[in-house]
Amino acid sequence: MLVLLILHLVAALVAPLLVRWWGPRACYPLALAPAAAFGWAVLRTPDVAQGGAVAETYPWISQLGLDLALRTTTLSWLLTLLVGGVGALVLVYSARYFPPDAAGMARYAGVMVGFAGAMLGLVFADDLLLLYVCWELTTVFSYLLIGHSTERRSARWAAAQALIVTTLGGLAMLVGFIMLGHHAGTYRWSELAERPLPGGPYLVVAVLLILLGALSKSALLPFTSWLPVAMAAPTPVSAYLHAAAMVKAGIYLLGLLAPMLAVVGPWRPVVLVAGLVTMVLGGWAALRQTDLKLLLAYGTVSQLGLLAVAVGVGTADAALAGVAMLLAHALFKSALFLVVGVIDHGAGTRDLRKLSGLWRDSPFLAGVAVLAAASMAGLPPLVGFVAKEAVFAAFTDRPLVLAVLVVGTVLTVAYSIRFVWGAFGARPGVAPTRLRRVALPMLVPPTVLAGAGLVAGTAAGALDNLLHPYAELFGTVDAHLALWPGLHLPLGLSGVTLVGGAVLFALRGPLAPALARVRSPVTGQQGYEWITHRFDRTAVDVTSVTQRGSLPQYLGLILVVLSTVPGGVLLVIRPWAHSIDLWSSPVQPVVLVVIAGGALLAVGARRRLTAMLLVGMTGYGTAMLFVLHGAPDLALTQFLVETVTIAIFVLVLRRLPERFSVRPLRSSRWIRRMIGLTVGLTVAGLAVAATSARQAPSISERFPSLAVEQGHGRNVVNVTLVDIRAWDTLGELAVLVVAATGVASLVFQQSRTGPRPRRLEADRGEPVAGRRVWLRGGATLRERNRSIVLEVVTRLIFHTAVLFSLYLLFSGHNAPGGGFAGGLVAGLALTMRYLAGGRYELAEAAPVGAGTVLGAGLALAVGGAVASLLAGGAALESVKVDLWLPVVGDFYLITSLFFDVGVYLVVIGLALDVLRSLGAEVDRNIEAAGRGAQGGLAVERRGGSR
Amino acid sequence: MRESGANLVSFVAIGVLVGCGVSLLLERSLTRILLGVILVGNGVNLLIIFGGRSGGPPVVGVTDPAEMSDALPQAMVLTAIVITLGFTAFLLAISYRSWFLTGDDEVPDDIEDQRIVRRAARKEISASDLGSEPPEDDPEQVDTPAPWQRWRGKGPR
Repeated sequence: MLVLLILHLVAALVAPLLVRWWGPRACYPLALAPAAAFGWAVLRTPDVAQGGAVAETYPWISQLGLDLALRTTTLSWLLTLLVGGVGALVLVYSARYFPPDAAGMARYAGVMVGFAGAMLGLVFADDLLLLYVCWELTTVFSYLLIGHSTERRSARWAAAQALIVTTLGGLAMLVGFIMLGHHAGTYRWSELAERPLPGGPYLVVAVLLILLGALSKSALLPFTSWLPVAMAAPTPVSAYLHAAAMVKAGIYLLGLLAPMLAVVGPWRPVVLVAGLVTMVLGGWAALRQTDLKLLLAYGTVSQLGLLAVAVGVGTADAALAGVAMLLAHALFKSALFLVVGVIDHGAGTRDLRKLSGLWRDSPFLAGVAVLAAASMAGLPPLVGFVAKEAVFAAFTDRPLVLAVLVVGTVLTVAYSIRFVWGAFGARPGVAPTRLRRVALPMLVPPTVLAGAGLVAGTAAGALDNLLHPYAELFGTVDAHLALWPGLHLPLGLSGVTLVGGAVLFALRGPLAPALARVRSPVTGQQGYEWITHRFDRTAVDVTSVTQRGSLPQYLGLILVVLSTVPGGVLLVIRPWAHSIDLWSSPVQPVVLVVIAGGALLAVGARRRLTAMLLVGMTGYGTAMLFVLHGAPDLALTQFLVETVTIAIFVLVLRRLPERFSVRPLRSSRWIRRMIGLTVGLTVAGLAVAATSARQAPSISERFPSLAVEQGHGRNVVNVTLVDIRAWDTLGELAVLVVAATGVASLVFQQSRTGPRPRRLEADRGEPVAGRRVWLRGGATLRERNRSIVLEVVTRLIFHTAVLFSLYLLFSGHNAPGGGFAGGLVAGLALTMRYLAGGRYELAEAAPVGAGTVLGAGLALAVGGAVASLLAGGAALESVKVDLWLPVVGDFYLITSLFFDVGVYLVVIGLALDVLRSLGAEVDRNIEAAGRGAQGGLAVERRGGSR
Repeated sequence: MRESGANLVSFVAIGVLVGCGVSLLLERSLTRILLGVILVGNGVNLLIIFGGRSGGPPVVGVTDPAEMSDALPQAMVLTAIVITLGFTAFLLAISYRSWFLTGDDEVPDDIEDQRIVRRAARKEISASDLGSEPPEDDPEQVDTPAPWQRWRGKGPR
């Protein structure tokens, strides 16, 4: 069986290629795939005829206990015959139905074969979850097939409606499956069938959910509406999906689970009511259709109702009748659809008001249609008659159901006659229709299908034997399928329905107003539209309320939630109840005044530079608090970062307007400050709560001893960074590299890896006699931008600063310092070179690409981790290596130094990238824009509008 | 259980920094937003650092381990400080870019979102194929052009 599924998959994948070569004719070879499934099922007939099963199991997702469990019993054998046989015939039909240059043919062929494969998988599946997967695959393929004419709105609409309705049911069914499988302890149908299910409300819910899936797939009420709309599909698709295969999936599921679940509370009421109402309403609606295809669609709806009743009621006799009806319906309905396709193709219309006298023009086609329609109406000796007799016989003990079935069948007879009359009858006042020559491949499939109905009807005894094993799942079977059922009630009822249907058809004139008027007050279509419309409206409303597109509003909402929810909790637990020290050192309040003053003034500052300097002041104050807390590493880093930040700010602020623009709304400023006040209070309260909330000893209690013993360093913070928590640092390095790259890509309009701006050759002249050259790049600056003092100072301290940065890097393991601080010092040294000598000086100072430095740093850090892994240790584990060098003597090396060097390089790379981008590249832009006061593009736009 | 090094001064500093930072954060100028981020960052760094004990520098041999300040929050905050530097550079590059393109560094409202707001005010929906109106007036009559009509003129066979 798996081979068959793979065959379909391969065929679906090569279909586009074949279509490219042969056009629609490619459907002939592709039909071999479903034909192979049909042939396989025929060969397996002896196995299942005795009630046996063909089973194959392949391991799939062992973690979930999900196997590719395939199993064929009588019911799935029958479905395989239908899916394979009708599929092959429909593909043959498609080869001539579509014109050679039809658009979307490659997709159609591939999806059609893929659908056949998914449908096969559905009927093969023994595992309910596998069944679900195939179930949804058929939904997706049907979406693609219904929407075949992508350019037509009605097709897209119909496809989406079918997808939404059946997927919704499918999801409910999945939940039901999981509940059922959880309840029973297995998802295998074969195991479920063997053990009795414990009852209970849990099972009731599961059954209701599963029924939802079955009803939606088989277009039973209240989910009927998608099927008539889906007639927007090409006719071969309708013949296959909406007559033989997909809509039968729901019936198949009912038939599969009825032996176990029909006894569960809601099963029978739901199935019987939905089925009977669908049958009558569908038949009634079919009587008023003028489009032959829609007439058949409503007929299908009606028949699906009948099938649901027969298959789902859960008695042995009804089950036998039901599967016989399933076979009969697939044969006659797909034949009729194909006949409509021939008429549509040849006459250009399928509106019965425009067709006239076709029986004279195409007597053979008319004969085929009459044969199929007679089976639909239940005339002997066709299989439709056999099945209908069996259905009547199975329900003789339920008179109410039987009565509704008879009414439904009367309608069926009436619309069967209407179909034949409408398609082939002569109509006065309408010019006789002529079919253009019909290709043989389009005539053969409906003929074969209609003929099969005749054969199956005459061979009712053999059919009875083949289908009996399924009915025996329900218990002892009394009924038999027979061509001559004997003079009993069912035969009488058949006579009644035939006469009743004929009378109903004869009265079509007087009944026309009633037909047009009497329809359900709310159709499923209206319900579907109302629901989808409400959904869209709600989505727009909710989006418009929650997504205002304003950054301050979003942030404000988040912050208000922060200050109300955790703030409210704070008010309840009152963490400040215990005594709080005022300060630990008298310097602290002084620093506080500096911080608070800077922060408050920064809020009100109107000039960018002022605001930035005030914020920088708070940064230095924070560093002071770090010192007082006993964190020299932090303080060092904070001082350096604050300085670098100010330098970067200045580089950008030279381009931005000097003052912040005046905000138009003053009231919003007060709202902002109120939010700021409450959030500040909340966070302060959180700080009180957090600092007094420690209940367990800190994990850092052991850090000092760990640092010495395992990290071989005495500076606990540095060892934490490069050893104990080295993974965090590695992640941070990656973030820095990304940020630096982001800066460069935002500023550079060309590649930053191009040639770096070296000094212009023209400037490389001999220095003017008697004048010392302090910085070589200095000469490239304009006189008024030069500062000789700055050049001298830079010249004097640059090398010292670089040396100091190296000292910090190497001593950091045992004393305050480390890669971060060292890298920042080196970055500051480069910043000074740039400020004093301009961008050419920067290139002189660091004649390597920033990307190279960043990459080397990251590679070194990662390489260190990999190296320790290769050496057999944990990633980023440090090892102490004792070494000896002449002159120096004994010394030791700790491998985490390489990691720290990586940190050092990444920080330098960041500084270099920022200087190159926001410094040198912006310089270049300024020179290029002729020192314009406005942004480049903004200037161009304004210039253009002038 | 060791007491944390927090005191009233630290709480006030945290509160003032975060509060001022938040009111800057809610502005529209990217420069102010960035300054707000820095202020909030400093406040949160203080919060984290004061979660641990204060004491002498956490260097073995300089301070007795019993007297040391807590090293773990320090390592975290050190990372945070450097990340803030990278973030600052990135936001500054964005404001430069914004100035380059528009002549200012203000964050405007999202145009697409405003379009949806207007649509909601007009009671419209956004989907074109779904939900608006059905393909035909009578949902039961789906008009499907015949293949012959659809492909007329292309020489049907």
